[in-house]
Amino acid sequence: MTFPNPLDVREASASGQGSDRAASSARSPVVVEARKLSLVYPTADKPVTALSEVDLTIGRGDFVSLIGPSGCGKTTLLRVIADLERPTSGRIAIEGMTPEQARLKRLYGYVFQAPALYPWRTVERNVMLPLEIMGIGRAERQARAREQLERVGLSGFERKFPWQLSGGMQQRVSIARALALQPDLLLMDEPFGALDEITRDHLNLHLTQLWRATGKTCVFVTHSIAEAVFLSTRIVVMSPRPGRILDVIDCNSLPRERTLDIRESPEFAAIAHRVREGLKEGHSYDD
Amino acid sequence: MTRRAFPVAVMTLLLLAAWYIGAAWLNWPQAAETLARANKPAGFADVLAQAYAMKRPILPTPDQVVVELWSSLTGYAPTSPRNLLFHAWVTAEAALTGLAMGLLLGLLLAAGIVYTRTLEASLLPWVIASQTIPILAIAPMIVVILGNIGLTGLLPKAVICMYLCFFPITVGMVKGLRSADPLWLDLMRTYSASGLRAFWSLRLPASMPFLFASLKVSVAISVVGAIVGELPTGGQAGLGARLLSGSYYGQTVQIWAALIMASLLSVALIAVVRGLELVLLGRAGAR
Repeated sequence: MTFPNPLDVREASASGQGSDRAASSARSPVVVEARKLSLVYPTADKPVTALSEVDLTIGRGDFVSLIGPSGCGKTTLLRVIADLERPTSGRIAIEGMTPEQARLKRLYGYVFQAPALYPWRTVERNVMLPLEIMGIGRAERQARAREQLERVGLSGFERKFPWQLSGGMQQRVSIARALALQPDLLLMDEPFGALDEITRDHLNLHLTQLWRATGKTCVFVTHSIAEAVFLSTRIVVMSPRPGRILDVIDCNSLPRERTLDIRESPEFAAIAHRVREGLKEGHSYDD
Repeated sequence: MTRRAFPVAVMTLLLLAAWYIGAAWLNWPQAAETLARANKPAGFADVLAQAYAMKRPILPTPDQVVVELWSSLTGYAPTSPRNLLFHAWVTAEAALTGLAMGLLLGLLLAAGIVYTRTLEASLLPWVIASQTIPILAIAPMIVVILGNIGLTGLLPKAVICMYLCFFPITVGMVKGLRSADPLWLDLMRTYSASGLRAFWSLRLPASMPFLFASLKVSVAISVVGAIVGELPTGGQAGLGARLLSGSYYGQTVQIWAALIMASLLSVALIAVVRGLELVLLGRAGAR
């Protein structure tokens, strides 16, 4: 697997995203704000509380990880932000708008657990799909798709079909597809969950470089403690039944620039320990 | 290659052997009677030779059918009514017109059923009921009714084909249009794509494998429909007319030649559909 040199990425972003960043600094420092957010699913026997009175603020440029065991509502929370689920009560604002308005304005890019590439489209045409829907012209569509594929290290794979790529490469295509929209907010739902650990390390390193280069706000769902600590500026620890937030951990003790080595540092271990304690507190290891 | 050819060759030989045994058994009494009437010797070999050389056998031998087919195809101009290609073309014309009409009707019904819940409840039972009526019973009615309003020739036959064809297409496409992965649909939602866009860019391409499976069934029954449609018209042209005139005059060899021609026509049309499938979906669908 090949990745572009991080320096190239930074340079590409300086020309490509410079205007974006200048514009974003003028806007409110808060991107996502949730207050007393609850979501209850009606089921046959008894209603299930997926989210219970969740309060969360995500600042511009943050990398926030939502961590917790299955059923803690981390994916639900992400889907509420994306307007793929409607909360039953409470307030949530994305850039000061309702999630629906934000979705209609295509303010976020969403990366699913599976690559969710359309098998009948080539890699390039998969990345161009959101741009087609936005009504962007053919030449610009192609230029943007190529730029994003280069950014995720997949130049030369434009004409391949998804089944010709490995799982890790497919997931990188889906990240390129989300980036092609040029969103300020990137929502990722366990994007590397199905990959082997070596590939996952590579992609984590790549993602943190991408995040630093583009200055995007990222919300990242995971159930891996190491992954959460490695990537995040803040970690939100969640617990199931009902889905709620137990702890919000700042990772300021780690440098903004991350290499795989920091995982050996005592600061890293301290944060990982606190996350583990938080998860224990929620009795999430009991079942 | 030889590994695949061997079982096919063995099966073909077994079928041919069964056919020759059947022909001898069925034609035996008639052959023996002919020899007795002519006061010729009637040993086993004599009767067998006679059974395989009858002018109007109960069951003609494969070689008789092949000779009849060959002399029809090579002995006359392709535009001559004595050439089976002429009849095959007349039948194919009706079958393909009917298939096109059935495809259109099937697609419209499937889209209606998938997008409108009330249509699913109200229409689907009628679609299924339509196929419980024997086509042999309804074909003359269609010919009479359409003839009465001045429509003769190709169109009544095509309508019979359509009546048979639309069913597999409707059933296949209802499943096909619903086959899109929920994640793919979520993706469309994150792009705030319109329903029409989701249809063109997602549901329709996702349904293509189902469409081709249905088309292969439809094209074969369309040929059957066209032949059935040629029977009640009295039959001037077409494979159905050829079968009818053969049965009027007891020309069993001619009937069998027309039957073989009909199956060759179906096989050729299915091959065309398969070819289209490979061209359109080949690279994307293959694994």
